[in-house]
Amino acid sequence: MSQPSQQDEIMAEEAALQPTPAAGIEPVLEAKGLSQGQIVRKRFLGHSGAIIGLVVFALIFIVAFTSVGYWGIPGWWKYNHEQVSPLVNDGAPTSSLWPLAWGEHPFGQDRIGRDLFAMTMRGAQQSITVMFVIGIIAGLIGVVVGAVSGYFRGWAEAILMRLTDVIIIVPALLLAAVMAQMAGRRDSGSWFSAFASTNGVLALGIFLGLISWVSLARLMRGEFLTLREREFVDAARISGASNARIIFKHILPNAVGVLIVNVTLTMSAAILTETALSFLGVGVKAPDTSLGLLISQNQQAFATRPWLFWFPGLFIVLICLSINFIGDGLRDAFDPRQKKFNAKKAQETGSRVPAAAPVTAFDGPKDH
Amino acid sequence: MVTYIVRRLMTAALILLGASFLVYLLTAASGDPLEEYRAISAANKQQLMDARTELLQLDVPPPLRYFKWLGGAAQCLVPFANSCDLGKNIVGQPVTDALGHALIQTLTLVTGATVLAILVGITLGIITALRQYSALDYGVTFMAFLFFSLPIFWVAVLLKEFGAIGFNNFLRNPEIPMPTAIGIGIAFGALIAVAIGGELKRRVLSGGVVFLFVTAILIYFSATEWFKAPGLGPVLIAIAGVGIAFAVTLLTAGLKNRKALQSALIAVGVGVVLYFLVQPLLDQATFVMIVLLAIAAVLVGLGIGYLVGGYDRGQSMRAAAITSFLVGFMILLDRFMQAWPTYFNNSRVRGRPIATIGATTPNIEGDFWVLGLDSFTHLILPTMALILISLASYTRFTRASMLEIMNMDYIRTARAKGLSERTVVMRHAFRNALIPIATIVAFDIGGLIGGAVITESVFSVRGMGFLFLDGISHVDPNPVMGVFLCVAITAMVFNLIADLAYSALDPRVRVKA
Repeated sequence: MSQPSQQDEIMAEEAALQPTPAAGIEPVLEAKGLSQGQIVRKRFLGHSGAIIGLVVFALIFIVAFTSVGYWGIPGWWKYNHEQVSPLVNDGAPTSSLWPLAWGEHPFGQDRIGRDLFAMTMRGAQQSITVMFVIGIIAGLIGVVVGAVSGYFRGWAEAILMRLTDVIIIVPALLLAAVMAQMAGRRDSGSWFSAFASTNGVLALGIFLGLISWVSLARLMRGEFLTLREREFVDAARISGASNARIIFKHILPNAVGVLIVNVTLTMSAAILTETALSFLGVGVKAPDTSLGLLISQNQQAFATRPWLFWFPGLFIVLICLSINFIGDGLRDAFDPRQKKFNAKKAQETGSRVPAAAPVTAFDGPKDH
Repeated sequence: MVTYIVRRLMTAALILLGASFLVYLLTAASGDPLEEYRAISAANKQQLMDARTELLQLDVPPPLRYFKWLGGAAQCLVPFANSCDLGKNIVGQPVTDALGHALIQTLTLVTGATVLAILVGITLGIITALRQYSALDYGVTFMAFLFFSLPIFWVAVLLKEFGAIGFNNFLRNPEIPMPTAIGIGIAFGALIAVAIGGELKRRVLSGGVVFLFVTAILIYFSATEWFKAPGLGPVLIAIAGVGIAFAVTLLTAGLKNRKALQSALIAVGVGVVLYFLVQPLLDQATFVMIVLLAIAAVLVGLGIGYLVGGYDRGQSMRAAAITSFLVGFMILLDRFMQAWPTYFNNSRVRGRPIATIGATTPNIEGDFWVLGLDSFTHLILPTMALILISLASYTRFTRASMLEIMNMDYIRTARAKGLSERTVVMRHAFRNALIPIATIVAFDIGGLIGGAVITESVFSVRGMGFLFLDGISHVDPNPVMGVFLCVAITAMVFNLIADLAYSALDPRVRVKA
């Protein structure tokens, strides 16, 4: 796609400076002289979907990590995900909404008497861990690759972009299968299989992170290609800034919106990838557990013990949905073109003030 | 332009070489193909191991084996030579045969799902963009996010449970209790009332009409046991055809264009007459005949439009052609429904038509209609799962694209010069909103063949995904490479097509020669 020309940029900036807002667009907050961070925070906090998503995710996070404990720290829940206890009520969930009661096994038990609440919480821990590991690794690699290829261009760009092309078409499933096989061979005694057999989920996250940076790198490259032509970069270069300083101090802060939004979306996709791989048997392996593995183990038992199937799936959906809503809120918050447009207000102002301000470049073409 | 395409193809070939080398080594390194023999204590153990070593050339190191494989694969590039050799799988079957079979299975599975998802997704996206910040918009947005977050294996198991087993139980005694009928009616009515927009009176009125209509139909179906012997019949086709004629005219030409409406209505009349004439012909139906009949239907519609004419002949022709195609589709549907009791009572089906696994009922026999119904009942659940998953991105994308277009200056110009809202939306906005969607669609078609691995494994369809997973689990590089080649080549070709289509559709974007 074509890059916006200098002319477009200048026109867009001039238009943005015009004090009269177009009909129906709420009074521009930026006029008060807030910093970009403040504007973004304000917009994000005004996005009710994102706030609900944030609250739900925080709740799941806290409950999942405190209830069954993490890394040897004991939690407040009386069972853990491996402990077998006698079946209560044939394993059916004991929690009820009315009267509100928690019971002995709120989510029920599986066939041999393991507590499903503990297993689900353990699975949620795994999914959240994988998600963050993938987000951090993919974000880091994506930024570095995208920045280097977008900023320096030339042969660095050629090599890095061909590398992304190769990685993008190698199926993730195959890579995951190879890794699972290598981790499964404990006898070979390499450092990798030793690490993978003790920290299964961490290895999976690192590995998935190593392959899911590609789309992020492409986006960041595009962003850097646009920004490196801007005047402030020229100004910085003339005043003697080093390449590293230009990349990290001048360009990256301007690309941080795209970065954060897409890392969030990568993270929500990562949860589904992890659960799908575990479902196919190449992700997290028994005796440890994960949400995908729980569903895979219990899909045959749907007719007799449906709760074994409902709760893990519900948690996958909840985590993924809340992350998606947070990502949506972030996108709205970071996108300066998005003004909260109110159709009713537009009609009112339109009818009261016949000479509404001319349309600004807010809604003009801007193809990145 | 040509230089650009040639350069892209060259790069793609190089990337393909590198990636296929990587995939081959990874598959070969992922395990030990002789493992299953190592554990057994049969007398001919060594013999079996030697045989497999011989078959898969395990004595050759993987990098060299890759180049041998490449030599065979390169022969596929020679046109009409029919010497394509992608190696053999672990039981000695040539991969090209297995691949051909799997490709057909996968394509039948994903084609319908993709087309439907695109149609429904784009429609929803446009409606939500036109009704931005309405209850409908928020509802669809939430649903889109929800579907986007659903793990497909979970949805698939749920569909199996409620869609197949539940619906089959319902068919055993197809009675809809009165409260259920009213409940479904209320749901549909509420949906329409929310979707229709406009004043409160108009919403309540439309919702009420839909509620009465749906409830009445459900009660009628229940009383006549319609689900046991479904059918539309000429009367229903005529009524629905008139509705379709009005809707199609409204969208393509506007109801003010009387000539277009007339030609659409004439097309419906001709369709109802033809309904009786084609019935004996349809009894000997084949697939080719159905395609020819569809083309004939469109041609008849075009002819009607041409003869009726009017001040804008093209509009009349378009309206009549679309209407006659849809009426023809209803006649086809009716014929399928006529075959339903035969299929339902087939000894292989035994009254449980909706299947949960496989692509066909094993050993089923019957005419075109019974076999068609058989693949339909097998496809419906995986198709629904795939649609649910992929619907969300189309809806969101179309909505964003449409909103951006609706804020453009030329839309304001179109309104200012007095065009009707229909013309503005259908002619000026919709067509331009489709440009970015065209690239997304091309991308998705490219990723289609390899994109249904999990769906295939849950529904036990022996398609490309099955071949791939099976190859991985048996450490068998040749099928894996075959699937990889197909998937990668289609993905790359369609990426190229996406870029070219974008520059063809939007002249502002030029490809870098």
